[in-house]
Amino acid sequence: MKAQKKFAVGSLIIVATLIGLAYVGYTQSKTYYHTIKELATLSPVALRQRMRVSGVVENGSIQHVPGQINFVLTEEGKTLPVSYVGADPLPDTFKGGAQALVEGNLMSDGTFRAEVVQAKCASKYQASPVAPNAAQAQPGQASPASKGS
Amino acid sequence: MDILGSFALLLAFIAAAYAFLAGIAGIITRRPLLKKSALNSGMAIFFLVSISVAVLEFFFFTDNYSLAYVAEHSNRALPALYKFAALWAGQEGSLLWWSWLLSAYAFFVLFLNRKKHPELMPYVGVVIAGVQVFFLTLNNFVSNAFNVLAAPAASGAMNVVSLSDGRGLTPLLQYPEMVIHPPMLYLGYTGFTIPFAFALAALLGRYPGEKWIHITRRWTMIAWMFQTIGIILGAHWAYNMLGWGGYWEWDPVENASLLPWITGTAFLHSVMMQEKRGMMKIWNVWLVFTTFMLCILGTLLTRSGIVNSVHAFAQSSIGGWFVSFLAIILVVCFLAYWKNKDYLRGDNQLDSLVSRESSFLFNNLILLAACFAVLWGTLFPVLSEWVVGSKVSVGAPFFNEVNVPIALFLLFLTGVGPLLAWRKTSTDALTRNFAWPAGISVVAGGVAFALGFRNFYALMCLILGVFVVLTIFQEFFRGARVIAGREKSNLLTAVGSLTMRNTRRYGGYVVHLGMVMVFIGIAGQAFNKDVRKELNIGQSLRIGPYTILCQNFDQVGNNNYQAQRASLEVLRNGKSEMMLFPQRRFFPASGETETIVATRSTPLWDLYVVYAGRSPQTGNPVIQAHLNPLVKWIWFGGIVVVLGTLLAMVPNRRAAIVLVPVRERAWDGSVVPAAQEHEVAVVTTRGASDG
Repeated sequence: MKAQKKFAVGSLIIVATLIGLAYVGYTQSKTYYHTIKELATLSPVALRQRMRVSGVVENGSIQHVPGQINFVLTEEGKTLPVSYVGADPLPDTFKGGAQALVEGNLMSDGTFRAEVVQAKCASKYQASPVAPNAAQAQPGQASPASKGS
Repeated sequence: MDILGSFALLLAFIAAAYAFLAGIAGIITRRPLLKKSALNSGMAIFFLVSISVAVLEFFFFTDNYSLAYVAEHSNRALPALYKFAALWAGQEGSLLWWSWLLSAYAFFVLFLNRKKHPELMPYVGVVIAGVQVFFLTLNNFVSNAFNVLAAPAASGAMNVVSLSDGRGLTPLLQYPEMVIHPPMLYLGYTGFTIPFAFALAALLGRYPGEKWIHITRRWTMIAWMFQTIGIILGAHWAYNMLGWGGYWEWDPVENASLLPWITGTAFLHSVMMQEKRGMMKIWNVWLVFTTFMLCILGTLLTRSGIVNSVHAFAQSSIGGWFVSFLAIILVVCFLAYWKNKDYLRGDNQLDSLVSRESSFLFNNLILLAACFAVLWGTLFPVLSEWVVGSKVSVGAPFFNEVNVPIALFLLFLTGVGPLLAWRKTSTDALTRNFAWPAGISVVAGGVAFALGFRNFYALMCLILGVFVVLTIFQEFFRGARVIAGREKSNLLTAVGSLTMRNTRRYGGYVVHLGMVMVFIGIAGQAFNKDVRKELNIGQSLRIGPYTILCQNFDQVGNNNYQAQRASLEVLRNGKSEMMLFPQRRFFPASGETETIVATRSTPLWDLYVVYAGRSPQTGNPVIQAHLNPLVKWIWFGGIVVVLGTLLAMVPNRRAAIVLVPVRERAWDGSVVPAAQEHEVAVVTTRGASDG
């Protein structure tokens, strides 16, 4: 019984230490994730936090200006102007129509200052526009697949 | 042809349903013929699914773009190797691949055991068939790879159409390792079904004796080995393909593959407690259950898009199916456990804190803590949205903060555990076993500190790594010395002979050795350097001892891709060492671009160079160079781990003579002082043998 008690105490110490470490790691790396729609309803405190926002890059909105790249993210009809100020070249998948995830802060003028931009190609991994099943296919769903992403 | 494929798939589903239902009926009615027919049906699934897979591959290789799946994931210019691998490039194919691998496992298990364990196998067959029913349901009715392309004709009827060319395989997957990484990882994921089936079967059938735990352990080792290969290859792929200079990002999909690996590792250790001391039976059964559920959860995470991932799979409707399946498994496992709790009563209790048992308990506690932390971090966005309504994600610092100390503690246990005696270890034995390794490793740490190693975790990793390696060598040496003395052979022959007498134990040590190498490689990260610079022709950058001089930018390509290529000369001490050619490839079929990293890899460090594209500000080419110490050790350590696992699966060579009185039969009550504990004693114990 004694050994079991010792083991229990040892375990408690280990688990407590790990929880403490987990908390430290959590505060260091937690990032809030908001939708564009939510941004309008956030409290002033929440607005100042570092956050991630995702959306679709509006076609034709990408503008290269010295020192930054501007583009517009859209989601459910809401739009968010973004200025990318990071030094890394943008990923290859970043283009009009692609899904993008931006990380940074919302400025007082309503633009989003992004330090990190991740993008995923919209068409490649998602359900293809080709018909799911010949028998179930709806007219118009089938397409002699258009190329590109 | 596609009809053949989908029909075979449908038959496979029917066969699985029959194997499941007839198996249950056979168990209830105790009719041997019914049981046999159910098991035969379970074996037939393998041939049926094989036909489906062969048909789908046939479509890929004949460039027949009438199937949606083929058109979506291949094109004519794709090299043959990748046409083969395109099978698992998307969801439908991946799930078909899952089913096929599972059916192959099931076939071998049922075939190899067809004349053995007549009381156990019907249950095993039913459990496996149950899992197959689920996956074949997905294959047939939810995510079918044999859907044809169709276009509406003028009359409004749907006509089957065929495209002249496909949309190509995503370039990320056009890498040699992608041909072996997914099969390996899937062999791991699917392989954990087999130990799960045996554990659940033994519990449901209240199978007497410990035979099932040996079988379970053996199949866990096989699945674990494949999972290890899969994870290492995945890391290697990420390192060479994603171009950010690292190999592990704590991405949900990576985490998903790690979770069952961790619980599988925990099981492979704690199972020894059950075999030697009859302890932790409930724990072990739940570890096996959990491992399997984490495999299903992993597939769910990878496939459903409920957590954001760089792997960026579709947000598909398949998540609900997996959640339901998981819930069913959980309920079945719980009911089976609840009904047969008494079957799992332990025989012994913990005697001392300084004992082998306790080191295993701590090992399991720590591994489970790691598993829980990784799971928690991965699901945090989902959980936080449920609880507080806003999505909060945690990044690498969270995972590292928790898992680095865990990894170091595990390293410590790796060194200490094998040298502790079962039940209780005397202070005397502690000193004798640990004095030298501990002393030397502390000295090594001191030397490293004097040389300027200041990173705490890296220093700890070095000290513990040296400690573990020394204890392992000490084990081999002590055992071999005794054998060499008895057999009048040299020490090296004796090491071989020793190893073959207890492959499980010494194979395990080799696995530990490999893990130390992996850890050392990971610790090298603490000294990573990177430089990013705009580099026009004639300009150079410096990183570590290297100077990288930009010679040229040009275009290369074939009919599959066109590439922009940088020609960089690597100079060291003013002397030219080699040329590196990082590329950016553009694939017209998919319209995607891919980074091809160029590396100069040495055991000491990797020089890792990426052509990162044009600067958003100036339009000049940007070269990104990383100097990553010790990365090669991770890949090499992975190979050692796999070799060790293979060694541990080799049956023992029988010992000709009993060298030392057996002491590990501790459960008969006789405590032999730890001082007498020695490797050669183990040769004669049952730890050496299992079916």
